[in-house]
Amino acid sequence: MKQKLQIVVAVLVLVALLAGCAQPAATPAPATQAPTQAPTQAPATQAPTQAPTQAPTQAPTQAPASKEPIKIGVLAPQTGNTAASGQDMINAFQMYWEEHGMQSAGRPIELYVEDTAGNPDTGLTKARLLVEQRKVHFLVGGLVASVGLAIAEYVADTGTPYFIPVIAADDLTQRRRLPNVVRIAGWSSSSTNHPFGEWAAKQGYKTVVTIAEDYAFGHESVGGFVNTFTDNGGKLLAAIWHPLGTMDFSPFLAQIDNYKPDVVFTEQTGGDAVRFVKAWRDLGYDKKYPLLGNQTLLDQSNLRGMGDEAIGLMSTGHFAEGRDSPETKAFVEAFEKRYGLIPSYYAADMYTAARWLDAAIQKINGNVEDSEALLKAVREISFEDTPMGPVKLDEYGGTIFNVYLRKVEKRADGKLWNVVVETWPNISQFYKYNPEEFLKQPVYSRDYLGENWP
Amino acid sequence: MASWWKYGVIVLLLIAAALVPQGLPTFWISIATEVLIYGLLAMSVNFLGGYGGLVSLGHAGLFGISAYTVGYLVTRMGVNHYVAFLAGVLLTLAVGAIFGGVAIRATGIYFLMITYAEGMVVWGLAYRWAKVTGAENGIRGITRPELFTKGWQYYYVVLVIFVLTIYLMWRVLNSSFGLTLRGIRECEPRMAALGYNVQVHKFLGYMWSAFFAGIAGGLYAYYNRFVSPSTVQLSVSSESVLMMVLGGVGTFFGPLLGSLIIIVGRNMISLYTARWPIIMGTIFVLTVLLAPKGIIGTLSAWWEQRKKVSAGVVEIVEASARKEVGAEGEVRVGTESQS
Repeated sequence: MKQKLQIVVAVLVLVALLAGCAQPAATPAPATQAPTQAPTQAPATQAPTQAPTQAPTQAPTQAPASKEPIKIGVLAPQTGNTAASGQDMINAFQMYWEEHGMQSAGRPIELYVEDTAGNPDTGLTKARLLVEQRKVHFLVGGLVASVGLAIAEYVADTGTPYFIPVIAADDLTQRRRLPNVVRIAGWSSSSTNHPFGEWAAKQGYKTVVTIAEDYAFGHESVGGFVNTFTDNGGKLLAAIWHPLGTMDFSPFLAQIDNYKPDVVFTEQTGGDAVRFVKAWRDLGYDKKYPLLGNQTLLDQSNLRGMGDEAIGLMSTGHFAEGRDSPETKAFVEAFEKRYGLIPSYYAADMYTAARWLDAAIQKINGNVEDSEALLKAVREISFEDTPMGPVKLDEYGGTIFNVYLRKVEKRADGKLWNVVVETWPNISQFYKYNPEEFLKQPVYSRDYLGENWP
Repeated sequence: MASWWKYGVIVLLLIAAALVPQGLPTFWISIATEVLIYGLLAMSVNFLGGYGGLVSLGHAGLFGISAYTVGYLVTRMGVNHYVAFLAGVLLTLAVGAIFGGVAIRATGIYFLMITYAEGMVVWGLAYRWAKVTGAENGIRGITRPELFTKGWQYYYVVLVIFVLTIYLMWRVLNSSFGLTLRGIRECEPRMAALGYNVQVHKFLGYMWSAFFAGIAGGLYAYYNRFVSPSTVQLSVSSESVLMMVLGGVGTFFGPLLGSLIIIVGRNMISLYTARWPIIMGTIFVLTVLLAPKGIIGTLSAWWEQRKKVSAGVVEIVEASARKEVGAEGEVRVGTESQS
């Protein structure tokens, strides 16, 4: 009997292997009416709309492109610490295409979603899978900076266009920029904090202590704030760094009392953000110092896990879900209706990126096989208004957008969200600095926060 | 099994391996390369664990030291590729001497814990020593030697080095040193009583294992062209142990088969569902419950059993011919035969 079981196991394993081998080596080119492919998406949101091919929105000035599907590789973390935000990314991206009939310029759109697990090795393997096996026309996504850097290195070789609406690593559109890596509808970690530092100094705060996660995103976020704060007469008393995934903030918060600053600036993500805000109130610091947060501290994806302790807290961001604009309102309503959650910036960015890509594809009449033309079209596009506000690109592949000073409020139905207090328009990754001068400085890090520059 | 059978299978496998780039698209060639590299790592774990009885949960650390050394020397210091590879292996041996010296004082679960801690030390360094390792961003842009830049070219390099390395491993395991190691696995006190210096043998066993892991790490750096803390994290160590268990602890090719199943399985299953870890986990659990000797271990045990059974049948037939078996089939041993 035991022998039989052993045979069964061996057969099961062999069958699994063979089933995989049945996968054809090259992806077959299906006929025009191909349904959306989201093979790794376990919970199917709804059946994709099968719209008949529409006439392109503009009269074609050249021979129409092939009717084969446009394949988009979508990378996001579906497992790991950042899985919830990753799911927002995928949902919003899919929502756009489903709202528009899963097609662009007369060609059907096929989405291939792959899990990066928030890990550069996995992200790299999936990027290879998408480009070499699925033969996608371009890649979109990635959340964690290290994933973005690894994939950017890979596409530098293959020339595949790679769009990064969420990854905020400053250098991807600065010192390490590549012609085929473009930050459409995206942001960089320091860019939303540059105006914040200046604003804080103008409010009369003279000294600041920063407390942030000890990795690149934390360094860059703090650097953005400190650079402009010190330019406007402020002084950095201390920069406190703590590891990702800190459970107990009390020893770090206690250090703030050594300095007694006018204001405290913090950067936090994910679980750290939720725990930090709770600790800030529970330990009584909300009575002692005003708190200013970066975008991710109070982003909707984290607000969902917070209670009243978040109300009234201020941060800056390139997206505010409570913004009083028809574009933002329509997007928030549609997303909430479909997924039951108020969208986070991860969702807003991916949705706007999908719109951006749709416009670019139509501009080149669907000829996505011509990567050069696609990239050129992408760089020429701008929008007057999107869920994030007006957006366009700078010469370095970075986004120019509005930065909003936001405050957390409770909505009529009891949910928390960010409303806009002030808007700074036309903010680029270089803020008011000369780009060439800015790039001569090293990227923000623990050792360089821009205190003594310019 | 008859020797010619075994050699025939090995030759067939070699031919199949050599033909891989002809039939498959680039993505699967790189998967095949990965299978060989992680297979070598799993075999190095098996060398110490399966044959030596000391299962290590820190081999990703040894693997990573070599990979990071190659990465650092090639990208930051412009060192020649071959020299960097050699340096990687040597540094792994040097660190292995320290790690091994500490770890072999323990056995069983304590050895597991110490090697786990050693692996985490390497991970911690990789994560925090930003100036050298680039922290969580890792080391990017590792180039391959000029002749082997393409995926299929590099696959052949890996294949050749893999074959040579495991041939060396085979020779070591079947030498008197290897037999002593197996003896130590079976019963350490007896070997000590027989006069063998058990500690020295275990230490040398660890060094050999580190040597093989170092080679795998160097090959990995050129394969992936990117090294980051995820290269040395705990799951790499535990996966190499799982590959060994899945294929068969103490069998020679078991870990390679385990590597094939896990890497190919992971990449294929994840094409269909994001829940692939559950499926992989189920396969492990089923294997451990139903086939604890691993696939090759179970198959070879089954084969041995078949041989014994058929040998037993032959013996009964001969015995009855010699009339040592009575009318009801009972065997009479050493009694007078009846006509």
